[in-house]
Amino acid sequence: MKEKMKAFFAAFLRLCKRIGAFFGRVCKNLMDGGMAIPIIALLLLVVFNLIRDPGFFGIGIQHNNDGNVVLAGNIISIINGASELAILAMGMTLVTAACGGQDISVGAAAAIAGSAFVKVLKASSSISGGTVVLAFVCSCIVAMIFAAFNGTLVAVFKIQPMIATLILYTCGRSIAYWINGGATPTVSSPIISGIGSFIPGIPVPTPVIIVAIMTILFGLLFRFTSLRLFTQSVGVNGSAARLNGINSTFIKLLSFIILGVCVSVAGCIGVSRLGLINHETLLIDIEMDAILAVAIGGNSLGGGRFRISGSIIGAYVIQMLTITLYAMRVSSTDVKAYKAIVIILLVVIGSPVVKEKFGKFMTRLVHGRKRVSAKGAEE
Amino acid sequence: MRKYRSLLLVGLLVVASLFVLTACGKDKGDGKIKIGVVNNPPSESGYREANVKDMEKVFSEANGYDLKTFYSDKNDDQLQAAKGFITDGVDYLLISAAETTGWDDVLKEAKEAGVKVYLFDRKINVSESLYEAAVISDMAKEGETAVNWLLAQNLPEYKVIHIQGAMGSDAQIGRTGALDAQFASGKMKKVVQQTAGWDEAEAKKIVESVINSGEDFNVIYAENDGMAKGAVAALDEAGITHGVDGKVIVIGFDCNKWALRELLAKKWNYDGQCSPFQAQIISDLIKSGKTPANKIIINEEKGFDATTITQSDIDTYGLGE
Repeated sequence: MKEKMKAFFAAFLRLCKRIGAFFGRVCKNLMDGGMAIPIIALLLLVVFNLIRDPGFFGIGIQHNNDGNVVLAGNIISIINGASELAILAMGMTLVTAACGGQDISVGAAAAIAGSAFVKVLKASSSISGGTVVLAFVCSCIVAMIFAAFNGTLVAVFKIQPMIATLILYTCGRSIAYWINGGATPTVSSPIISGIGSFIPGIPVPTPVIIVAIMTILFGLLFRFTSLRLFTQSVGVNGSAARLNGINSTFIKLLSFIILGVCVSVAGCIGVSRLGLINHETLLIDIEMDAILAVAIGGNSLGGGRFRISGSIIGAYVIQMLTITLYAMRVSSTDVKAYKAIVIILLVVIGSPVVKEKFGKFMTRLVHGRKRVSAKGAEE
Repeated sequence: MRKYRSLLLVGLLVVASLFVLTACGKDKGDGKIKIGVVNNPPSESGYREANVKDMEKVFSEANGYDLKTFYSDKNDDQLQAAKGFITDGVDYLLISAAETTGWDDVLKEAKEAGVKVYLFDRKINVSESLYEAAVISDMAKEGETAVNWLLAQNLPEYKVIHIQGAMGSDAQIGRTGALDAQFASGKMKKVVQQTAGWDEAEAKKIVESVINSGEDFNVIYAENDGMAKGAVAALDEAGITHGVDGKVIVIGFDCNKWALRELLAKKWNYDGQCSPFQAQIISDLIKSGKTPANKIIINEEKGFDATTITQSDIDTYGLGE
């Protein structure tokens, strides 16, 4: 009996060790990939919200005023509301990786793209599916031209990205004003509201679907081209990449143009949500959130290795934080301050110094105390 | 030869004097009142765009005016332009200053030159003796008009979502004041009071978070039209009725044409306006030649009710297109 107990206990201990080692390895892998911070942050927020209000993540099914059956609830608000941010974060990740700097003009550029979108829609007498596609293509072209301008400054003239894009950041919203004139031009059409909120018969908000499509497109892009490899090598060492036959100027320019497409998609969603363009407020301050999403996503802001999924999760973390603060009735003037506190924490936790300490701790967990003490004896 | 020369001289003199005479005659016979307007640029806002258009409409040639305009949001440029207008010899100088200070010298210069000065939209920190009248808006009154309208609806209870503009702006302070007084007195219940900083999308998020929390409300008081539209989008997605005969009363500000059309469609209930139309008041003062007893003239604020608004109201008072 006693021996049986002993054997059982030993087996149990072994199992515990194995599980510990497994989790340690998973954690370590995630940490190496830089995915730990966004996932931990997301989990913390989820747990915090569940404790604060168990019904926070409840999803309801209801009829909207157009008579469609739609999903509703905080979780839907978060995923829906973060759509533009998630799309911009994808493009921003690529630019960050290739150029080692960020584009701070995405909000202003989105206002320009959105204005072009509205301009074309208003020019046509009636809004059909074809006009919307045409308007989107036009806004895409406009956004890509402005992105190419930024990209040329960065890639060809070797200006620091933040300085180069500061130009468009400053004048972008004025350009958006010139396109449509003052006031707030509106467009109303079932197609536009379909893009911005719900398509009849589909209970999921359309912007969420658009994010999914964009994610798949990026996935395909990386699957079937060498863009990921090229971007990373340009980001790590541009001259070394060039010596290996990679046209680093082109890769940098390309990353900006892809961001331009993202900007246009985000701008058009922003316009479609309410069927109006306010060049002063459309996607205002989003550039900082987009850069943050990239940082929270575990990507180095200095360029090189990148992980787009991290940035997307980062975008949802930021949005969940905002919605949580709103749900707690924090005054929206204070929201930014609270956001800053959380983000400082996240960035510090993700910093190399803390990572190294945490990594050592993990190694100790995985390999047990013995080796560590042996090592200590050596020292 | 000499004869011819003197004849030629006389002839030239006659022609010249005729020319001068006709020129003088033309100047007198024209009788147009010369106006110089120094204003902020129309790109500033929908308000300014309407303001500039209104000036151009009222001080038209058909109404007997000769209008010169200058637009800038820089005080120094405005001061230069005002000096230029005085040198040009305008009869009246109309000013909406970018900043409230630095105008003393220019206005004194105008007074010496006999140019009469009217201020519109914004006041300047100078002695009242330097201008004829100031036609301005009382932002607080605008909020009061809207809140009085809301009180007149005699709802059994008021549960208000209050979406504020950029904190500290004139419009936000004016539009918030009256409602804050109601919250303080307990007549209305504050469900939530948040600033969306004039951002439509932010307004939508604020209303969404209230809907998701399950808290009840029956009034949305948004401090501009865009934010009201954002709030309504959140209501629409949640299947909550609004407007006349709806569950939630929607109040917006600015009177954009598209917003007034929402009113006409009975989807919103009320839209208040900070009136950009001061030109007619000034024109009346100029034509009557009288100096008003009180130099500060508060421009009457408009507000429209969905049950009484007409298409002609939209055409006359709506901003934008």
